[in-house]
Amino acid sequence: MSAKQKKNLIRIIVTSIIMIVLAFVEIEGKARFFCYLIPYLIIGYDILIKAFKGIKNLRAFDESLLMTIATLGAMALAIYEDGDYTEAVAVMLFYQIGEWFQSYAVGKSRKNISDLMDIRPDYANVETDEGIEKVDPDEVEVGTIILVQPGEKIPIDGVVTEGTSALNTSALTGESLPRDVKIGDEVLSGSININGVLKIRTTKEFDESTASKILDLVENASSLKSKSENFITKFARIYTPAVVFSALALAIIPSLATGDWSTWIYRALIFLVISCPCALVISIPLSFFAGLGGASREGILIKGSNYLETLSKVKTVVMDKTGTLTKGVFDVDAVHPENADEDQLLHWTAHVERYSTHPIAASLRAAYPHESDDCKVENVEEISGRGIKAIVNGDTVHVGNEKFMDEIGAAWHPCHRVGTTIHVAINGKYAGHVIIADVLKPHAKEAIDEMKKAGINRLVMLTGDSKEVAKKVSEVLGITEFYSELLPADKVEKLEEILNESDGKVAFVGDGINDAPVLSRADLGIAMGALGSDAAVEAADVVLMDDDPLKISKAVRLAKKCMRIVKQNIYFAIGVKFACLILGAIGVANMWLAIFADVGVMVLAILNSLRNLFAKV
Amino acid sequence: MKKTYKIDVDCANCANEMEEAAKKTSGVKDAVVNFMALKMKVEFEEGADPGEVMGRVRENCKKVEDDCEIFL
Repeated sequence: MSAKQKKNLIRIIVTSIIMIVLAFVEIEGKARFFCYLIPYLIIGYDILIKAFKGIKNLRAFDESLLMTIATLGAMALAIYEDGDYTEAVAVMLFYQIGEWFQSYAVGKSRKNISDLMDIRPDYANVETDEGIEKVDPDEVEVGTIILVQPGEKIPIDGVVTEGTSALNTSALTGESLPRDVKIGDEVLSGSININGVLKIRTTKEFDESTASKILDLVENASSLKSKSENFITKFARIYTPAVVFSALALAIIPSLATGDWSTWIYRALIFLVISCPCALVISIPLSFFAGLGGASREGILIKGSNYLETLSKVKTVVMDKTGTLTKGVFDVDAVHPENADEDQLLHWTAHVERYSTHPIAASLRAAYPHESDDCKVENVEEISGRGIKAIVNGDTVHVGNEKFMDEIGAAWHPCHRVGTTIHVAINGKYAGHVIIADVLKPHAKEAIDEMKKAGINRLVMLTGDSKEVAKKVSEVLGITEFYSELLPADKVEKLEEILNESDGKVAFVGDGINDAPVLSRADLGIAMGALGSDAAVEAADVVLMDDDPLKISKAVRLAKKCMRIVKQNIYFAIGVKFACLILGAIGVANMWLAIFADVGVMVLAILNSLRNLFAKV
Repeated sequence: MKKTYKIDVDCANCANEMEEAAKKTSGVKDAVVNFMALKMKVEFEEGADPGEVMGRVRENCKKVEDDCEIFL
């Protein structure tokens, strides 16, 4: 609680006590008036001062001024009529309670978000000639060796040069499993070192590091305002003057007709109490703020309230295959030997590929972990567009495609599995084949199902891969629509076609490699696992911090929940205000009800907004 | 040129009014007040002196909401 909040809380309590005491004391006449004036001034002096300043600055619709007119009016009516000053003081009291609660709730949620995003490193340990020195991470130059002790945050992105450890990256990715790192691994700032001492050579400046970028992004997200926020701001701008003018009309017209001035002036004062737009205005930005905060805790960075709104309206999701649904890493999918066993076939293949730098060679070597044994590999010859030929322990081994087999006269046959087929021949005789395929991510299927459940009615997969591969992947995942063999430029074209056909919003999900143009062309660009790829973070509207495709549906559901809360708040707040205006005008509601309703609506709307922060989706 | 300033204000509607007041100040091309983050982002017109313009922005904001502060 800030000093100001404490002071106001004391004012609220003191006034309440005085009011309770006064309710049991019988005082009449002038003494009664002065007795009630004391609590009124205690609780309302700052409003009165502000009202005076409002007049000075010619601000007719100043909130404080309206509250002052309403309460002073009620006082005047009380003097004239029954001496019931309670109402005027109560209105001021409840108004202040409302303001206090608002300021407390907003402060609390601000703190909540900043705790959530507690990834800002305060210092870096730099090795110098005199030992370890703690410095401001801002002053660390690229290429400096920094030391990170267990329990400390990694301050700047870099590469491990010494030590091994497990890192807690949950603040960055929402992933609770620790990540093991060793020499040569890249580490991101904001992760917490759990058990080993690490020496890290920094590769970025502090400002360019992941932690700083995320914080910057989250802090600025609520500056990009959504349509709902703009609506409510505009509404507030019309609402207050409209209610004030109706109050004026209500005070004069029926009074002239009926001659009953005090009744109608009282009803007009009720209007002034309800004219304050704060309950409306506060809950909307607070909802978005809490929604953005809740999402970032889940590892979903949304770059603005407006994108959160778009995300909730997404009906079509277009996905890139490689890196989004599949790992983008080639693995040995199947081994089909002929006249040999599986191990032997992999053994030969791995040896032949010993010196090749092709990605397929790497996965073949990885499939046979004992590749660096003492077998003799000689006369390696790489024939472009065909394959590799080598002599392994005296046997001539050919590893390559169909053409290669045809040329040496080996009797190969095609495989029923989809993927890249690598044929192997020993001394000119066919020995079988190995299938290499891109592997699906573990949650890919689940992610597609979840997206359908979250209300995405059209799922499209784009890929540069062959039609066969695309067909198989889409069948396994249950995606009905796919376009294959696309170049990056074709993807943009295809997306434009889809954009033209769709009535809902279209999101594109990619891993950020080569697809920045598509990301920015879509209604909503979602980059996944993009930490570290600056171009993708720049082009995307939503950044998923790890590369789990399940986060896509989670993001959509979070956004929908947030928008539901925003709508509830808008309808509820406006609805109650109008109901009170009508009840006030026909004389059913008194000022008590009006202020109760006003403050009550605000409290409920704020509590409703905060549900976003602790959203379980 | 754009600059971000830390602000202090108590109510959301007042923040909106500050935004309006800032936008209307001469030398300011556009302004956004982020109530939740308590920040004001100001885009200045070409050739305007931020220091001098912000003095007037602060003055105008004080007119609409006495209880606000812009930390320059």
